[in-house]
Amino acid sequence: MKKLLILGAGTAGTMMLNKMESALDTEVWDITIVDQYETHYYQPGFLFIPFGIYSKRDVIKPKRDFFPPGVNVVFSKIDLIEAEKNQVILHGGKILSYDVLIIATGSKINPAETEGMQEGGWHKNIFDFYTVEGASALQQFLKYWEGGKMVLNIVEMPIKCPVAPLEFVFLADWWFTEQGIRDKVELEFVTPLPGAFTKPKASQVFGDFLNKKNITLTHDFNTGSIDWENNKLVSWDESTIDYDLLVTIPTNMGDELIARSGLGDELNFIPTDKFTLQSEANENIFVLGDATNLPSSKAGSVAHFQADILEHNILSFIDDRPLKGKFDGHANCYIESGFGKGILIDFNYDTEPLPGKFPLPGVGPFSLLEETRMNHYGKMMFRWMYWNLLLKGAELPIESQMLMAGKRV
Amino acid sequence: MSTKDLAGLSVEVDGEGYLSDHTVWNRDIALAIAAEEGIDPLTDRHFDVIDFMRKEFEEKGAAPSIRRLNKLNVVPTKELYQLFPGGPAKKAAKIAGLGKPQGCI
Repeated sequence: MKKLLILGAGTAGTMMLNKMESALDTEVWDITIVDQYETHYYQPGFLFIPFGIYSKRDVIKPKRDFFPPGVNVVFSKIDLIEAEKNQVILHGGKILSYDVLIIATGSKINPAETEGMQEGGWHKNIFDFYTVEGASALQQFLKYWEGGKMVLNIVEMPIKCPVAPLEFVFLADWWFTEQGIRDKVELEFVTPLPGAFTKPKASQVFGDFLNKKNITLTHDFNTGSIDWENNKLVSWDESTIDYDLLVTIPTNMGDELIARSGLGDELNFIPTDKFTLQSEANENIFVLGDATNLPSSKAGSVAHFQADILEHNILSFIDDRPLKGKFDGHANCYIESGFGKGILIDFNYDTEPLPGKFPLPGVGPFSLLEETRMNHYGKMMFRWMYWNLLLKGAELPIESQMLMAGKRV
Repeated sequence: MSTKDLAGLSVEVDGEGYLSDHTVWNRDIALAIAAEEGIDPLTDRHFDVIDFMRKEFEEKGAAPSIRRLNKLNVVPTKELYQLFPGGPAKKAAKIAGLGKPQGCI
């Protein structure tokens, strides 16, 4: 039997497992997936927890529910990937060998990278919302907060779901309005980027939204440390920003396993061919989702588009054929903008987010780079699609390659 | 794309003043770009960073990140911000004659 091994059963790994299980001849291929945790988190839902829209219950399901029958499932920590020996050593010493390895170990926040972040203020008046624990602690805090200055800061790029910080402040503006304390809350959005977002058109649109919602934008601020005793953000060049409540997006990094195995860059992301998704170091190792060093967004939609390409390329690889699938960097993000509305962006490596209609050119029902109620419904409906279609590797009515049709240049 | 006189040489630069061809770079060009960026004089410490960035660029095809410079003990992040105030990744790359660092999302 030949062996396909998948490390990580998050969004990317689970999708890939389902795709490969139906694509490969299971009389020839033995498929195994490894993850240390038994619970699957719907991570896009974390954004809604601080505002009481979702609770923890709404964002978790057992991982087992999404595995196809007939594959081997191992719940274990992983000690090491030994790429030169084509094997993986699990915690406890068990060895799994492979012919083809898919790494989908994701990325996570690393608050310890910033001096002062995880000390006295952590989960007191400094919170993250990229973990279920952080989002839940923030919900408890916000329930009783009477107002003051709320600062959201992004420590450094890249981060998972780069639009989530914007969504957070948009929703905060709405939520404080609903609570009747918006006039007692000052909101500031602090980013190391030169504007509200990375690409010029979207950056301008989102910058205008921040302005309209009376949220101060501070750009080019590179957080060096947090003076938690005096409630100040301190940049590397020693300018400071005061806060009463800090919602922080800490440094995002790949798993320590990648560093231990000598496969990553400084942030433990794996150097990966941006088109074929083959690792640069080993031809039988493929990488998808947040674990790569690709210049694309770290997001579930991106992993989904990558999965279509990767399935194609792995099948070519095992047949000893050239890898013809080319990932184009496609990302598609619904952005909650508060008050029951949303904005949608669709872009890739070469094309920045543009206005237009999506997915049907000229028809929609969704509008690109515009705020509509329909976009908000798209976002809320997505949770159902995620659990019922996306994770199971089903076809979605969106092409993996970005389409120019429907976009206005 | 336009041409510009730097240190007595006519060189091609992009719209933001980054050299189009890193191989035409020399130390006098570095001094001239640094002066335009308000960094004057350019010290040996600056050149430790610039030389390392150019070496990595030659070897790997991409300039190292601030995090990498810190991790490899080329220069601590705090000092890098003092050497190249107001955006060290971009400024150091510009003075080193390399292209603008790619931002990613």
